[in-house]
This record gives sequence, C-alpha cells and structure tokens, in this order.
Amino acid sequence: MTIQNITSQDISAQPERTPLYARHVALGGRMTPFAGYELPVNYRSGIIAEHLFTRENAGLFDVSHMGQAFLSGADAARKFESLVPGDVCGLAPGRTRYTQFTNEDGGVLDDLMVTRLDAAGEKLFLVVNAACKTADFELLREKLPELRLEILEDRALLALQGPRAGSVLERHIPGVAQMVFMSLQEFAWRGAALFVTRSGYTGEDGFEISVPAVIADDLAAALLAEEEVRAIGLGARDSLRLEAGLCLYGHELDETTSPIEAALNWSISKRRRQEGGFPGAARVQRELAQGVFRVRVGLALDGKAPARDGAEIADTNGVIVGRVTSGGFSPSLGRPIAMGYVPPSLSTPGTELSLIVRGKPLAAHVVALPFVATRYHRVAKN
Amino acid sequence: MSKTLYTKDHEYIRIDGDTGAVGITDFAQGQLGDVVFVELPQVGATHKKGEAAAVVESVKAASEVYTPVAGDVIEVNGELEDNPAIVNEDAGGKGWFFKVKIADQSELACLLDEAAYKDLIATLA
Repeated sequence: MTIQNITSQDISAQPERTPLYARHVALGGRMTPFAGYELPVNYRSGIIAEHLFTRENAGLFDVSHMGQAFLSGADAARKFESLVPGDVCGLAPGRTRYTQFTNEDGGVLDDLMVTRLDAAGEKLFLVVNAACKTADFELLREKLPELRLEILEDRALLALQGPRAGSVLERHIPGVAQMVFMSLQEFAWRGAALFVTRSGYTGEDGFEISVPAVIADDLAAALLAEEEVRAIGLGARDSLRLEAGLCLYGHELDETTSPIEAALNWSISKRRRQEGGFPGAARVQRELAQGVFRVRVGLALDGKAPARDGAEIADTNGVIVGRVTSGGFSPSLGRPIAMGYVPPSLSTPGTELSLIVRGKPLAAHVVALPFVATRYHRVAKN
Repeated sequence: MSKTLYTKDHEYIRIDGDTGAVGITDFAQGQLGDVVFVELPQVGATHKKGEAAAVVESVKAASEVYTPVAGDVIEVNGELEDNPAIVNEDAGGKGWFFKVKIADQSELACLLDEAAYKDLIATLA
C-alpha cells in the first residue's frame, strides 16, 4: 500500500520547528512537514478522538506557522482596503474581520483575519496563512510602501477551541470570557503581552492567542494541565473546519476563484460592494449582479466511502459539472462529507449528484453549510 | 502452521497451505490513523502480484492495498465494511482484508520474512 504524505519526507527544504516542537514530540505527535513547518497530524489518541474532544471540551492547536503582522501608518485602514474586499474602515476599534487578498481578476490570493487596533485606523493586526505569508507580506510591501509592516516572527500562535475554551482560559487570563466574538484584546501574562482574539477555525467558540515565542510553551503547558484541554493536531483541525463549512486556501480558494463563487458574500459589506476599490472589484460586482457560473456547496455522501479533493462531481445524467475541493470523514456525523463547486442550478440543498471515486459514481446530495451547527460566542442584542 | 510474509509496502500475507489472508501491517495502520472505510475486492476476481486489490481510507487519505502474490480472491472480510476500525484494533488478526488462492508459490520467495520487515520499519521510525 502507499502511505501518502506520511513516511515520505520533504527533503527539498528543512522544515522549521515551532516553539512547541519538543512538546508535540513528547505528547506522541506524528510530525509531518506542513507549509514549511514540522507539525503534528495527530497525537496518540488519533484524529477522531481529538476531533470529538474539541467539540465537547477545549482543544489546543499550535498554529504558530501562520503569519502575524502589524500594519501601521497614516490611513492604514483605508489603504489596506485597496487590497481586500472586506470593510476595514467600518470596523470598530478592537474588532476583527475575515477577508481575502484578491488579484486583478477577482481571484483569491489568500484569506486572512484583520483587526483594527485603534480608533484612528492607523494600526492593523493581520493573521495570514502559512503557505501564503511570504507572498502576502511581499504584496503589502509592494502595494503599500508608505505603511510600516512589522512581521511578528518572534511570536507563536495558539488556538484554544471548544465549548469549554472560555471558562478554561478565564482561569489563566482573567477577562477573556467577557470578550465578544471577532474581537481582539491585549492581556498581560507572566509580564508579557498576549494578543487574544475570540475567533477560530472549528465552528466552536474559542480564542487565538498571539504569545511571545519564548513563553509559548509555558502557556501551552499551563493550558494542557487543565483537564478540559488536550493537544489537537492538524488532522482534526481540518476535519473540524470542514464540518464548520470553512474554506481552506489551496482547496476551496485559489487565484482563479472569486469570493462570490466561494459563497463568501457575507464578508463583503454593502459599501464595499457599491464602491469597489479592491483588486478584481469589477468581477465581484458583476457576479453579485448577474450571478456566478459555479458556487461552493456542501455535499453529503449517501454511502460510507469518502470522496477526496479532486473527485469529479456529476449530475444525474452523468455529466461532469464540478469538482470536490475538500472531502473526508465527518467524526461528528459519522459519515463522509465534502465541499466542492457546482453550477448554481445544481446548488439547492437536496439536489442529487454523484461524486466519482476510483471511476465509480458515489451517490451524494447538496446540503446547507455548515454541516455541523456553529457555536460561536454571540452576545444577545438588547 | 501458518507463516506470515510481508511486502515492503506494508501488506502482509498469512499463509495457510495454498491460500493466504492479506491485510495491512500494524505499522501501516498506525501510520494511517483511524480507518473509516475499506473497499474490498470481488470474490472470484483475479489479481496479479502487486496489483491494487483493496482500498483503505483513513480520516486523512485513501491508500490502495496491493496483493502480495498473484491469485484469485476466494473470500473477503465483510466485517470490515460495517466496522472498519477493526483494522486499527487488530490489523494482523481480525483486520485481514481478503484471502487469495496463491497461483504461484515461487512468488512467496520475493516477500520479506518477519525479521526483514522489522528491519525495514526500523529504518522508517
């Protein structure tokens, strides 16, 4: 048998190690090269157990491979809007938003989180994908040379995700439980500054904690000492985000795919849709007005065999109409699920399709995203 | 007495006279992680040595299982279809995939014995 991406080593470049490397190994992490870093796919209990634990408790993820940066200078928020369709000027201080770097054709270069740190809109905090960070930072330097880009290479990033994340983290960082979803607050921990965002990539309530690299392992140790917390690897991170219907760059998103095709319309405000002023705005506006040729959907397979990234999608006549971008087994639902692109006429929940796996059509149907209800921390509006 | 031989691709064949039960090794299941689906061959199908005869899917990925020797499939382990986790729990025992009628006993000479297979996985660990 072939064991993919497991025993094969990427010898082209020595992967980097995060500050938690020794801890991953000590916890039995099965280390694999990922986006230039050696990270754990899973620990001893395995992906399914880690996934289900996170849905019930609080999973700790090492996401230090991601890029973190401050972008600052006069009019930083407005200038940053020239690269993304997200509304950054309309963001309240301390609030975080999901957006994308787009190219002139309206394709996605990367997706990211941006936080407006100050009322003047002169300082932003960015978190970008590991695989894209070099290109992203290059783009910022090239397009916005008048702004100061400070890449936070001396910081690690830990994510604590799950329904018990708030109560656990509150014991270590008093005040975090009061934070609202998609906001950032600075806290002191052992004399150092932490930038804590209430956000995540699992569909659960949770936090992403930017911590100085030198104390990152201490923070991880303090959290892992709690009975509600376990270390969770990349495998469960992927299955959790798939169930939550979230895009993974390189799968659902790439340079040919627009945010509208990816069903990310919600991430573009009314003002930005009207004004444009970001790369590829013409395509985005045209697609909003006239529709798209393909759109991202959720797919539930009727049988037990999973369909993976790349599997073709066929209609009931056997005509190929699209392609799977992510697929696998849903531990929460106990069945295979996938996401992919199909024509809008075939995107209504309930539409029957088949996914071609090893030459055979597997019965599937379109389902609304997310697959598993999200449980973000929302504050009731009075 | 049954004898078990291995491929360098982490399949085993547990030989019983002129038939053999094929599965993946305990090392392989450990590398794959949680097995969520197994696709078994048709009983009666004929496979050449090294041909993909079954598929094992973990949460992360699909892997083909190659038959260590040529022969006809005479039985499949249907229990794996309902409970694929047996592969994780007992890869070398109850987790066998299919049985073949060994067409050419001389092909067994190309396989690894237990000591040689242990040496191989020691280099991968």
